[in-house]
Amino acid sequence: MEKQLFTISVYTENNPGLLNRIATIFLKRHINIESLNVSQSEIENVHRFTIAARMTEVAVKKLVGQIEKQIEVIKAYYHTDDEIIFHETALYKIASNLLFDKREIQNIIKNSHASIVTVNPEFFVIEKTGFRKETQELYNQLAPYGIMQFVRTGRISVSKTEMKISEQLKNL
Amino acid sequence: MENKTERIIGAEAVVRSLLEEGADLAYGYPGGAIMPIYDELYKYQEKLHHVLTRHEQGAIHAAQGFARVTGKVGVALATSGPGATNLITGIADAQIDSTPLVCITGQVASHLLGTDAFQETDVISISAPVTKWNIQVTKSQDIPAAIAKAFYIAKSGRPGPVLIDITKDAQLGELDYSYEKCTAVRSYKPVPETDIEKVKEAAELINAAKKPFIVFGQGVILGEAEAELKALIEKSGIPSAWTVLGLSALPTEHPLNVGMVGMHGHYGPNKLTNECDLLIAIGMRFDDRVTGNLETYAKQAKVVHFDIDPAEIDKNVKTDVAVLGNSKDTLSKILPFIDEKSHDAWFDEFKKYRDIENEAVINPQLNPTKEGLTMGEVINQVNKETNGDAVVVSDVGQHQMFTVRYADFTTTRSNVTSGGLGTMGFALPAAIGAKMGAPEREVVTFIGDGGYQMTCQELGTILQTKAAVKIVVLNNEYLGMVRQWQQLFFDKRYASTTMINPDFIKLAEAYDIKARKVVKREELAEAVKEMIASDESYFLEVMIEKEDNVFPMVPTGASVSDVRLK
Repeated sequence: MEKQLFTISVYTENNPGLLNRIATIFLKRHINIESLNVSQSEIENVHRFTIAARMTEVAVKKLVGQIEKQIEVIKAYYHTDDEIIFHETALYKIASNLLFDKREIQNIIKNSHASIVTVNPEFFVIEKTGFRKETQELYNQLAPYGIMQFVRTGRISVSKTEMKISEQLKNL
Repeated sequence: MENKTERIIGAEAVVRSLLEEGADLAYGYPGGAIMPIYDELYKYQEKLHHVLTRHEQGAIHAAQGFARVTGKVGVALATSGPGATNLITGIADAQIDSTPLVCITGQVASHLLGTDAFQETDVISISAPVTKWNIQVTKSQDIPAAIAKAFYIAKSGRPGPVLIDITKDAQLGELDYSYEKCTAVRSYKPVPETDIEKVKEAAELINAAKKPFIVFGQGVILGEAEAELKALIEKSGIPSAWTVLGLSALPTEHPLNVGMVGMHGHYGPNKLTNECDLLIAIGMRFDDRVTGNLETYAKQAKVVHFDIDPAEIDKNVKTDVAVLGNSKDTLSKILPFIDEKSHDAWFDEFKKYRDIENEAVINPQLNPTKEGLTMGEVINQVNKETNGDAVVVSDVGQHQMFTVRYADFTTTRSNVTSGGLGTMGFALPAAIGAKMGAPEREVVTFIGDGGYQMTCQELGTILQTKAAVKIVVLNNEYLGMVRQWQQLFFDKRYASTTMINPDFIKLAEAYDIKARKVVKREELAEAVKEMIASDESYFLEVMIEKEDNVFPMVPTGASVSDVRLK
C-alpha cells in the first residue's frame, strides 16, 4: 500500500501534556509529522489538533485508534486531501528598498494575490494563504531578491463531510 | 447529595480520598517530597495499611500482584525523582498487561518546578507513554477530584495504570475537602457500544464453522466473563486455547481446554491455528509471541474478535467480524444465538497433537529418566500438594514458560505473571501483593535464579509483614531463556548468561525465612510438602538440569505451524 499525505483532526480537552502524548504516538511508530497546528475548535473549551503526516491508510487507521484511546482525546478523524478544504499561511519578510528598486516584486505580489501586512522603512511583510504549492511558488519567485525571514504555518483544514463531534459531546 | 466540606491539608485529602475509593492497602517508599502524605498515613494507619517495600519497584510490582488477584485497583506511593522513576518499569508492565493501578508520586514544591531542584524529575513526561492517564496536581484543592478521576480511569474499560504527581506545597496547603466519586469523563468512553448485528454475524460464523477454534486472553478475566466463556465453549463445543494472561480463566481440567497458544504454547493449538476455519479471539490482542509470523498466521480462517478496546481491532490480524464491548456482556449476548454442537472429529485432531507432544515433550518433562531435575516436575509436585488451587506467580524466562505450561489451575485470577513486558524481578514482590490480596489462599511463586536476584531485597518486606509467600527458585545457574536462544541461534556462545550465585539458603535465613535446598529427585516431594504445609513464608531452592530447554517453540519470525518439538 502506498504512503500518502493524511490530515488528522483531533478534538481534545485543553490539557497540558496532551501534545506530548500525541507526539509520542507518532514517534513510537517512526512517523514524521509534516505539520502541526493546535487551535480552539468550533466547540467551547475543545481544542483541535490538525496534523499532516505521510503514511499508508492501514497505518493511519491504527494511529488514529491509538490517538483516540488517549483519555483526553474526544475524537480523532483522518482525511485525504480530496476530503478536506485546507490551507496554509506563509509570511515573507523582505527589505523595503526592494519594493521600490525592483518593480518585478510589485508584480509578483500582485499576481500571487498575496497581501502586504506591514510596511516600514526597513522591511515589509507579505502574507500569502493557500496551498503549499502556492506559498512555495511565491517563495521561489521572491528568493532571488533575498528573503530576510520566511515562515509557514501548519496546515489547517475543515472536512467536506460533517464530523459528528458536537453531537457526541451533547450525548455526554 | 449534600456535600459538606472540611478544612484539611492536601496530604490528608490524599489519604481520605484513597479510603473513599476503598483502598485500605498501599505499597510504597517514603522520601522528601512525599513526607506530608506519609505523615498522614501515620495518623490513619488503623484504616489504611501501608506496606514498606525495599525498593519502589518492589512497591509497584506488589501493587500489581494485589490488583491481579483481587481485580481491585493497586496503589503505589513514591517520592519525587528516583522514587518516581523507579516506579516506571512497573507502570509500563501494568500498562501492557492492563492492570489497574493508581500511583501517587510526591513532587518538588510548585515554585521549584523546572529549576532542576533536588530530586526533581519530569515524571509526567516520563510516564506519559506508559500510563493510561496522568496528571500533575499543584493546588491542594484539586487533589480529591484528581484521585477520583484516577480511580475511575484505572478501573474502567480496559484497565491500566494512572499516575498522580502532587507537589509538596499542594500536599501541605489547605483545601475545603469533600469527596465525590468520578463516574464519567466526557472525552473518555470506557466501554464501546455493542452492535447486536455484529453479535449475530459472529454467531452465524460460529454456527457455520466446521473447525472453529477459540483463543481467549486476559480480557475474559478483566471482564469477569469466566462463566460466560465456559457457557459459550460448552454450548458450541469449540476447542479453546489461552494466551499466557488468559490462563486460569478456564480450569486446566476442562475437557475443551486444549492448552496454550504462542511461542512456547502447546503443539496442537499452534499447529491447528493454521488449520481452523474460524478463529474466535476473545479478549486477546494477537501479540507477536502469540502469532509468530503474521504473514502466515491463520490465513485460511475467518476471524471473529471480541474486545473492549477498538484500537485492538485489525491492529495485528485482520478481523472479519469485530464484536466490541465488555466480554461479560458480549459473551452473554451471543450465547442465545449459538447452536448446541460438538466438534468431535476436529477435537480429535487436538488430541492427536497432544499425544505427540506428550511423548516428545511432556512425559520426559514430568517423568524424567535423566538424573537432573526438570522445572516441570517441580511445578507438577506443587500441583499435587495444592490440587491446583494455589495462586501461582511466575517471573520471566524459562521457568515462566514451564510454569504456565505445567501449573494446574482451578480458579480464575490465579496466574500472575509479567506477560507483555516480560519484567524480570516481577515475581517476588508481585507474590507479596498477591498474598495480601488473597490471604486465605496459598501463594506460590516460581522464580529463576536470575530474576530472583533482581528484587530479592523484597525478602525484607516478607520479614517485616510476615506475608506467607512460598518461594521456589528454580536454579539452573544460567539466565536460562537467553542461554536457550544462544544455544539454538547463536552457536552456543553463552555471552553473559552464566550465573555465579550466592548461597540462597543463607540469604533467605538472613531474613528469618525457613529455607531448604533440593538437589536430588528423592528429596523433592517431601520438600514441597513441607513448604506447602508451612504457615509462614518458605524458601525452596531446587537445582535444575543446567541446559534444559523449553519446548515446543515457535522461533521468532516463524509460522505458528512450524512449532518445534525439539
